[in-house]
Amino acid sequence: MTKTPLDIHTIRRDFPILNREVNGKPLVYLDNAATSQTPQQVIDVIVEYYSSYNANIHRGVHSLSQEATDAYEQARIKIQEHFNAAQSHEIIFSSGTTHSINLVANGFSSLLKKGDEILVSAMEHHSNIVPWQMLCERTGAVLRVIPMNDNGELVMEEYSKLLSPKTKLVFCNHVSNALGTVNPVEQIIEEAHKIGAAVLLDGAQAAPHIKADMQQLDVDFYTVSAHKMCGPTGVGILYGKEEWLNKLPPYQGGGEMIAEVTFEKTTYADLPHKFEAGTPNICGGIAFGAALDYMNAIGFEAIAKYEHELLEYATSALLKIEDLKIFGTAKEKTTVISFNIEGIHPYDIGVILDKLGIAVRTGHHCAQPIMDFFKIPGTVRASFSFYNTKEEVDVLVAGVKRAKTMLQ
Amino acid sequence: MTIKEIQKEIVDEFSMFDDWMERYEYMIELGKSLPLIEAQYKTDDNIIKGCQSKVWVHAELDTDKLVFTADSEAIITKGIIAILIRTFSKQSPKDILEAKTDFIDEIGLKEHLSPTRANGLVSMIKQLKMYAIAYQTQLK
Ligand SMILES: Cc1ncc(COP(=O)(O)O)c(C=O)c1O
Repeated sequence: MTKTPLDIHTIRRDFPILNREVNGKPLVYLDNAATSQTPQQVIDVIVEYYSSYNANIHRGVHSLSQEATDAYEQARIKIQEHFNAAQSHEIIFSSGTTHSINLVANGFSSLLKKGDEILVSAMEHHSNIVPWQMLCERTGAVLRVIPMNDNGELVMEEYSKLLSPKTKLVFCNHVSNALGTVNPVEQIIEEAHKIGAAVLLDGAQAAPHIKADMQQLDVDFYTVSAHKMCGPTGVGILYGKEEWLNKLPPYQGGGEMIAEVTFEKTTYADLPHKFEAGTPNICGGIAFGAALDYMNAIGFEAIAKYEHELLEYATSALLKIEDLKIFGTAKEKTTVISFNIEGIHPYDIGVILDKLGIAVRTGHHCAQPIMDFFKIPGTVRASFSFYNTKEEVDVLVAGVKRAKTMLQ
Repeated sequence: MTIKEIQKEIVDEFSMFDDWMERYEYMIELGKSLPLIEAQYKTDDNIIKGCQSKVWVHAELDTDKLVFTADSEAIITKGIIAILIRTFSKQSPKDILEAKTDFIDEIGLKEHLSPTRANGLVSMIKQLKMYAIAYQTQLK
């Protein structure tokens, strides 16, 4: 891990896409919370996989299959080490956070009964609310919501009150995608565990910024998507404590997940394979490992420090714009700035920024309940990564001012 | 004027501008002259799906011609729907159904034509044509 400040210009050279133009302007990519860009080091791993050892894993005795299996399993160990899981079979490869959450939600079908309660936070991604609603429909369990305040922080007193012996599962994002709030997950886990409830944290937005330690957190389940942390799309993980993963039934039936099959009875394979039916995204898993290597070589401490500087710089520059309001003003935040300008629809701002080569997200960010809470149709969201620069923040600020002049 | 003539007129107007900023500014101007939908029709049923900002459209028959009114929360979207309505309003359902919309490309708004674009220009065109189909059957 390097302790020196980040050399942004060297880092930017690792990302070929940052050289491109959009609408005749140099790309300023500020939609990192949706998907981050991929460094050449990871692209090389993908190319190498398909150029030299593409094969199905865990099946063949031939060399290629062995090489691919080794690389895939090494990636699993890298991921285990990165998140400090106690055992590598506690890392389940998935297609990403959505898949991981559904795996757990589905598994809990057999563990819940009518009247049990699931707590979810008020700042969840849409896709993450639905699996719990479906779970409640299947089991008769009840979904209860941990409220948030005007800064976009969870009201922890309410959380404590909601917890009861009926609570079986608490679900919360580690970091909110729409607001950037870093939730007090240590406290959430500690209090849930006191009453015997399991905790699933959605780490999709946290993992690119915070190196979460599974054993220290003592979290029961944690989800990550590789594409938000310099890896490819369509791959991610579910971390689960061994005891919990053993309690959950398999999610999908198929190859790789069985030990023995007869028409009378099938016995399931051991962890992690029990949850990895079918041919996985082999290349994706390997490339995810490479993405973690890349980020760790830069160092998460250095990344956090630099990103914090960017956040402060961008926040104060944006707030100088008259009528601009930032949504999500929690004390603990990652580099996400959701904002609106009074009297202007976020969509209009997004269109003008795109014409200026600036990629931001506009809309409800799959978090309609948050938008309803603030009584707004959506926001403009700029989300920064360690490869963004202060100069790019300046371009954004100038772009927003220009949009404002055109639109107001 | 026929739909084609109106479209030609719009293309001529837009050809006076050199860059996208001016074109967008003009489009925003056009949005201000949009025949606004009456409050009673500004209902969820009249919202066009597939647009990131809300867009409401209402159609009425004036003897054998369709008259459109609309509104949107976003002013760029308002400009786009204003341009569409200017070409389609006070035309017969048959002419609306037969009309082409490639003039959008010619006025430099091609990027809005992609079916995946969140502003839903394609959905708007589809909705206007749906009204034309509905009223055409009614006229028969
Ligand atoms: C907080 C959060 N959870 C879940 C997801 C879904 O991730 P994926 O689409 O990779 O499954 C996202 C991505 O937008 C997210 O921001």
